[in-house]
Amino acid sequence: MNYFPDEVVEHVFDFITSHKDRNSVSLVCKSWYKIERYSRQRVFIGNCYSITPQRLIARFPGLKSLTLKGKPHFADFNLVPHDWGGFVYPWIKALAKSKIGLEELRLKRMVVSDDSLELLSKSFPNFKSLVLVSCEGFTTDGVAAIAANCRFLRELDLQENEVEDHRGHWLSCFPESCTSLVSLNFACLKGEINLASLERLVARSPNLKSLRLNRVVPLDTLQKLLMRAPQLVDLGIGSYVDDPSSEVFSKLKAVIQLCNSIRSLSGFLEVAPWCMSAIYPICENLTFLNLSYAPGLQGNDLTKLVQQCRKLQRLWILDCIGDKGLGVVASTCKELQELRVFPSDPYDAENAAVTEEGLVLISAGCPKLNSLLYFCHQMTNAALITVARNCTNFIRFRLCILDPVKADPVTNQPLDEGFGAIVRSNKSLKRLSLSGHLTDQVFLYIGMYAKKLEMLSIAFAGDSNKGMLYVLNGCKKLRKLEIRDCPFGDVALLQDMGKYETMRSLWMSSCKVTLGACKTLAKKMPSLNVEIINESEQLEFSLDDRFLVDKMYLYRTLVGHRKDAPEYVWLL
Amino acid sequence: MVFEKELNLDATELRLGLPGSSEESLRISNKRALPDMNDDSGVAAAKKCDQETAPPTKAQVVGWPPIRSYRKNSLQTKKTEAETGGMYVKVSMDGAPYLRKIDLKVYKGYPELFKALEDMFKFKVGKYSEREGYNGSEFVPTYEDKDGDWMLVGDVPWEMFINACKRLRIVRGSEARGLGCVV
Repeated sequence: MNYFPDEVVEHVFDFITSHKDRNSVSLVCKSWYKIERYSRQRVFIGNCYSITPQRLIARFPGLKSLTLKGKPHFADFNLVPHDWGGFVYPWIKALAKSKIGLEELRLKRMVVSDDSLELLSKSFPNFKSLVLVSCEGFTTDGVAAIAANCRFLRELDLQENEVEDHRGHWLSCFPESCTSLVSLNFACLKGEINLASLERLVARSPNLKSLRLNRVVPLDTLQKLLMRAPQLVDLGIGSYVDDPSSEVFSKLKAVIQLCNSIRSLSGFLEVAPWCMSAIYPICENLTFLNLSYAPGLQGNDLTKLVQQCRKLQRLWILDCIGDKGLGVVASTCKELQELRVFPSDPYDAENAAVTEEGLVLISAGCPKLNSLLYFCHQMTNAALITVARNCTNFIRFRLCILDPVKADPVTNQPLDEGFGAIVRSNKSLKRLSLSGHLTDQVFLYIGMYAKKLEMLSIAFAGDSNKGMLYVLNGCKKLRKLEIRDCPFGDVALLQDMGKYETMRSLWMSSCKVTLGACKTLAKKMPSLNVEIINESEQLEFSLDDRFLVDKMYLYRTLVGHRKDAPEYVWLL
Repeated sequence: MVFEKELNLDATELRLGLPGSSEESLRISNKRALPDMNDDSGVAAAKKCDQETAPPTKAQVVGWPPIRSYRKNSLQTKKTEAETGGMYVKVSMDGAPYLRKIDLKVYKGYPELFKALEDMFKFKVGKYSEREGYNGSEFVPTYEDKDGDWMLVGDVPWEMFINACKRLRIVRGSEARGLGCVV
């Protein structure tokens, strides 16, 4: 390959699109490193503190698309205090100063200020796509800046962000000249919008393929929008409430018949069950259905809807579907690959909505299942063993029993054998989350069998350091490990310090790790940042090394300590 | 799998072993024992626990079950919205000097609504039948729906009714005959 001119090699590299492959290619030799870095357009940074924006810009001058992730995953569950970090502003500032022609920015778990959004909107004339997932720190004013200033905006996708809503003019900020929208998702915004502006925007966006509305958009607006955009592929419905005998509703029924490109349906943030029949005509082509924000749909209404969806590949649903409802899914959705069952009432112990029975039915009926997120009230070893026998293709398996230490209710045994069966038979498993009563034994199984495992989440499990050691020693591909409330301590943490250089990050909270061990680790491994989150106000740094730290987060980095840590984060 | 979370200050118990290997390691005042579930920031006030804590029940555990706050808040909002925010509609009765207003959300179904109307306007609704409406009563409850049509109360399921009803009118029986009776 070295006898070819650079342009030829570069052309070959064009066909190599995955981040992993491009990273590998760049390591082959200096010449390839150089060619690769000049031709690289898309960069993924899984931990924004592992590198600085300056070094990113220096290495990849042709950068067009950047993906950044900020806070640790457990931040989603309130385990990381406010202001911990993950600020995007320094990145946007640095990119704005450079010659980088940024076109796409995708952020997850980052703090995004209105100022950042405004700077972003004014600094990159070709900016096309903004995707924010589980971010916070901005208001609709920032969104308005994006709408107003990004002349060629194609995608504005806001997923599950906490946005302060200043009620409504942001949508009217899209100029009349903006006709390039392909994807608009504002389902997570809580406030009013100008409905007439929305209708006009959709009317002048002939390329619009994906539209997800928030709950203030009423049914009659939906009907008008669908008239303008029957070519939609992905629809998120806001409010779906009306009198089925009304004229508006008849019009909606008629226009839905025309929308035969819709493959993905979500929302129903407010829903009247008696209106659902209007949706049936598009059900048979759906590949993705997300009803996880529609608690208004229960029981029969839910199952009747699902029964129309024979081609479903991904289903996100609330546990009010019940085990019986999951049985209906199992017998209808033979193409199902991904199932997520969320709890409709996270703290309700009384009404067991779904149990192990539903999962067993799904495993028996859906041979293509490869991704599962299942919140349930109980699980048995027998059920998991059956699931493991029925399904051997799992890539992601996340089980969450609402009582985190609940044993098998039939045998009173821990769930070690059940999860053991899962890892033994699913050799491609990349992501696993455990719950229920678990001993060190389950970790022995994981270390032995989960050879492709990349991410593991553990809570209230294990008996001793051995548990954590089985995992660290056995799971060669492990990249992210997050542990809470487990009796793992210094011996496990310090056994193989080099291991953490092969991983993105390790989170341990409410375990048995001491301050001294963390200091040791930080001293011996300069390529790691070891951070302690200490929320207790009274204590000072010069504590006894034997104190057990409450929260520790360590990650590999090329750039040493970060400069933006708040006072309660100790950088060792 | 219960491990101790108590603050142990007994000096004679301290060992010189490796950190972490001792069961009697000192721990920062443990907040996890009794965290406040509703604490938004996830930081409960530091509390010293004097007794051994039982395995955490789910109502007490911060960050469990592992659901994104956005989702949790969404579902909670829906619950509180369902509980608060009335659905007030005007009620007029033929011959009454002024109108009243009632909150439809307060009632669980037609029987409760009728009882409230009867108490308010001092009349009797009469028995409802699908075929004949409120045949036999002097007053008949009607409502205006979103299309502006005047409909007989009671034909559609309750939930559908409260979503469609814009105002109520209690019509004198003689006028109501056209609505209620099947000719």
